[in-house]
Amino acid sequence: MSTHTILFKIILICYLVATVLYLIQVVGRKDKLGQIARFSLLGGALVQLVGFIIEFIQVGHTPVTNLHQSLSFSAWCLVALFLFFDLRYRLSVMGAFTSALAVITMFGSGIAPRAVEPLSPILNSWWFPLHVSFAFLGYAAFALAFGAGVMYLLQDRMLKSKHFSGLYYRLPSLDTLDSINYRALSYGFPLMTLCIITGAAWAESVWGTYWSWDPKETWALMTWFVYAALLHGRLSIGWRGRRAAIFAIIGFGCLLFTFLGVNLLLNGMHTFDALNGHP
Amino acid sequence: MNILVVGLSHKTAPVEIREKIAFSPTAMAEPLKQMLALDSISEAIIVSTCNRVELYATSRDPERGVAQLQHFLAEYHQLPFDLLAEHLYEKRGEDAIRHVLRVSASLDSMIIGEPQILGQIKTAYGYASEFKTAGLILNRFMHKAFSVAKRVRTETAIASNAVSVSFAAVELARKIFDRLEDKTVMLIGAGEMCELAAKHFINNGIAEVLVTNRTFARAEKLAAEFNGRAVTFENFQDQLHQADIVLSSTGAPGYVLEAKKIAEVIKLRRNKPMFIIDIAVPRDIEPKASKIDNVYLYDVDDLQGVVQANLKERKKEADKAEAIIEEEILQFYRWLSTLEVKPTIVSLRQKLEELRQNEVQKTLSNLNADDKTAKSIDALTRAIINKILHQPTSILKDAQNSDDGNIYIDAVRTLFDLPAPAADNPKAPDKPGSEN
Repeated sequence: MSTHTILFKIILICYLVATVLYLIQVVGRKDKLGQIARFSLLGGALVQLVGFIIEFIQVGHTPVTNLHQSLSFSAWCLVALFLFFDLRYRLSVMGAFTSALAVITMFGSGIAPRAVEPLSPILNSWWFPLHVSFAFLGYAAFALAFGAGVMYLLQDRMLKSKHFSGLYYRLPSLDTLDSINYRALSYGFPLMTLCIITGAAWAESVWGTYWSWDPKETWALMTWFVYAALLHGRLSIGWRGRRAAIFAIIGFGCLLFTFLGVNLLLNGMHTFDALNGHP
Repeated sequence: MNILVVGLSHKTAPVEIREKIAFSPTAMAEPLKQMLALDSISEAIIVSTCNRVELYATSRDPERGVAQLQHFLAEYHQLPFDLLAEHLYEKRGEDAIRHVLRVSASLDSMIIGEPQILGQIKTAYGYASEFKTAGLILNRFMHKAFSVAKRVRTETAIASNAVSVSFAAVELARKIFDRLEDKTVMLIGAGEMCELAAKHFINNGIAEVLVTNRTFARAEKLAAEFNGRAVTFENFQDQLHQADIVLSSTGAPGYVLEAKKIAEVIKLRRNKPMFIIDIAVPRDIEPKASKIDNVYLYDVDDLQGVVQANLKERKKEADKAEAIIEEEILQFYRWLSTLEVKPTIVSLRQKLEELRQNEVQKTLSNLNADDKTAKSIDALTRAIINKILHQPTSILKDAQNSDDGNIYIDAVRTLFDLPAPAADNPKAPDKPGSEN
């Protein structure tokens, strides 16, 4: 087993443990477990960070050039952003969702091909790590908004229909979920905007054109519009609650397609094929 | 020694009976002393609340003890025994322990998880301590009951969801708004329920109270009481957008507030949610309003439904509590078993005999003594042990028949560090109460 595989397994176990503990915390209402879960998550994230640094030194560039690395990096962004949010806004209720999503992403990363292709000269630019980091941090923020949105819809439905399942007692208040949604959006949107801007600037420096309508760019722009609409609605028309939750869910659907669908189904310069090797 | 419980509760007796045998909290000395004076009873506690009257006691003769306690209840309250007998229950040994633990953990209450009962039992125990009618066993037992009740409260969510309509409203508000500290509540009309719910909201930190009523003077009076602001009935709809929570209970025959108006108000509030509670019958708020986004409209039946759901949730938690109690029964039972005389004497002798043999062995192996010397040393040490044990043994044997005997047994067990017999072994000769 290489160091990489061992680290990968340690990270996966950390996230898995956090997921289980968070779930028990939610179901059994044991708050102490949430604390341990947070540490487990933090431990996993630190190990993963060390892994990135090792890889960066080994290959000499930001290690997000294949699907395996990208998924792993996006899991890390998700966990890191969640930990940051948790520190500021105390949202351990989102812990079960976040850590489960991180586990799934890591599993995906585990089965994705790992071959590291020789780096094409295009990627050897300072724009590359910036562009990718903004993208993945943005994904992570929107994933949190998505999670809060789903919880909001569930809680809203129970409060409206007046049929309460056990979940009602465990979900946080509508206000809390709505403000998580808003905060995630207020971080995610600027990140995504920066991602698109850095992408365009980079494209200009390599190909001499800012925008070439490749499928990823088109989908990213669409997604950006969805979130722009949501942010605008929130700030100027007073959208909130259910509608904001639904938008966050739709937006995340677009985002998933932009991230995975485009790479796996459509062709373009953002795919992971050997020549381009660009996420 | 056996723990006994004799009594009745809301489950076995109607209020007409319960009120007749309730003990006055201002005069507990007399009944406690009378109870202790019963010849089969060695310790006594009386718990008397509006939902239950129970006598806790210890006795060496459970059969007689139960009968005497039953008659004591009837005679003390000058009731015909037969009238009382059909409502009384009696518990002994393990059942009695389980019963008291369940009662103090509020599992036997009319509303599971209600917090008063523990305080009431603590008060009852307070009287027993004051008049010195609780001894070694009940002292230890009651402290066990208190700690178990506390454990149940912290380890289960048995008391966490509201079971009254007005409290349920506050909890729902918390599920919508999270914080109530910056919210405004508006009272339309001034029914009793409405007032009660408003008080709960105020106790939970609501920021502002608006009151409106057809009779403005009444609105002003209520507003003054709640430190709020009165609004004329003609104008209240214009101020409605300030209210996050609306409590309505007018006597109006038709709707006071129509869905269309509420939709406008929500728009004016930039979709900030509104929690509207309609306690009036016939209803004040057009039911269609519940379809509007960000409006949460609850009528009396809905709130009752919430209470029912909460009760169901409490029952689920009660199962966890039962498991905790079973665990604790076993522990307490184990301690209780150590208070038997015969096994205590046996294990005391065993302990000393072991010590003696060890020391004799050591001495003999150092001494290189001949057979005769060895025998004398053995006899000498044996005689010393017997002499030492003579007096304690006879006191312990006498203790069997006296009320404070348990104190000696407990002391001997502590002084000589005697191990507790396994309580879960059915063949153990020291099962509590098996001697009688």
